[in-house]
Amino acid sequence: MSEPLQRHQIARRIAEDITDGAYVNLGIGMPTMVANYVPEDREVVYHSENGILGMGPAPAPGEEDPDLINAGKQPVTLLPGASIFHHTDAFIMMRGGHIDITVLGAFQVSERGDLANWATNDGKLPPAVGGAMDLAVGARQVFVMTEHVTRRGEPKILQQCTYPLTGHGVVNRIYTSLAVIDVTADGLLAREIIDGLSREELQAKTGARLRWAPDLQVLRAG
Amino acid sequence: MIDKFVGSLAQAVADVPDGATIMIGGFGNAGIPVELTHALLDQGARGLTVITNNAGSGETDVAALIREGRVAKIICSYPRSAGSVWFERLYQAGRIELELVPQGTMSERMRAAAAGLGGFFTPTSAGTILAEGKETRMIDGREHVFEPPLPADYALVKADLADRWGNLTYHSAARNFGPTMAMAARVTVVQVRRRVDLGALDPECVITPGIFVDRVVAVGEA
Repeated sequence: MSEPLQRHQIARRIAEDITDGAYVNLGIGMPTMVANYVPEDREVVYHSENGILGMGPAPAPGEEDPDLINAGKQPVTLLPGASIFHHTDAFIMMRGGHIDITVLGAFQVSERGDLANWATNDGKLPPAVGGAMDLAVGARQVFVMTEHVTRRGEPKILQQCTYPLTGHGVVNRIYTSLAVIDVTADGLLAREIIDGLSREELQAKTGARLRWAPDLQVLRAG
Repeated sequence: MIDKFVGSLAQAVADVPDGATIMIGGFGNAGIPVELTHALLDQGARGLTVITNNAGSGETDVAALIREGRVAKIICSYPRSAGSVWFERLYQAGRIELELVPQGTMSERMRAAAAGLGGFFTPTSAGTILAEGKETRMIDGREHVFEPPLPADYALVKADLADRWGNLTYHSAARNFGPTMAMAARVTVVQVRRRVDLGALDPECVITPGIFVDRVVAVGEA
């Protein structure tokens, strides 16, 4: 049986689906890796919630501008054609359906496309939501990037999320270490599965019923 | 003659009373009006409600106001940044109240206050714990949550250049919440790097028109 995809391999797979000309917001953490793998012949405009379109990669050491940071507070650069705007405009882009694709991490996703990615039920730390709810609700397409199961082997794709929701019925597609799964009106539809993993094995690691695309493909590590 | 410049940081915040609601700009460390915040700390007002995206980090600016017990309540989206130790400590001790607001809802609530609107309905947070107890309405088949305007007595904002009419430009993504807060507060107090002559700013490039600005202090290069 082939190994589960590593994170950079999931990022590479998602990058294949980032279309030329798209306005894209990559969530904090793992999703930022996707930008590294988008083919160079595609022109993609990256948005940051703190008021940037046309965001480029990290600057060379010594070139950092403390005023030019991304949503994760890391230093970034501006590409030719970039623009700067204030926070309310940045969130109008996110909330008003102007962002074509967002890629977000997840604690859990439900078969109806509910997303839980901002809080666990740990009451010790103060809650913090940032722009997660705005992005989940407002982007035209919401892609989730996640390990298929937790470190303890529990399913992250469930009939119903047990963690607090970020958005209700917002996820379009889930890219995991084992599969690519669409959220449809009829529930979850597996489109790709890693080589050597049976349908029964994937179903056993998934907490909601999977249906299978007639043209189910092999999810290649790339 | 209009001249919105005041002689000192202390003068700029001298009349802030106990119990005032104060917006403080910034996202991460970009755009925080550090000098004005320290002037407010020295001024001594207590029982403040602070509206700001993060809850301060380290020992300076917002974190210092919290540490010194000046803040009764904070309204923010993400109070859990690296180094937000003072907020976390007081929160766990039950000595500071938190109103957690999705980031885009926060900026739009401020914009609503600025525009004289009585609030708005948004799908952001619908079906989540942040919508509990709030009025909802189905609009075009989608659940929306009512959010009231978020005004303030004062806004403390960091800009780059100002003329004596209070016209402002900003530097890079340090702009973030500045323009919205400047519009939303009853008294807007701005610190700038440098004062320029009236007419020196290209009217096409003024980001915050002086009508939204009450007091300006030049603090020099960072």
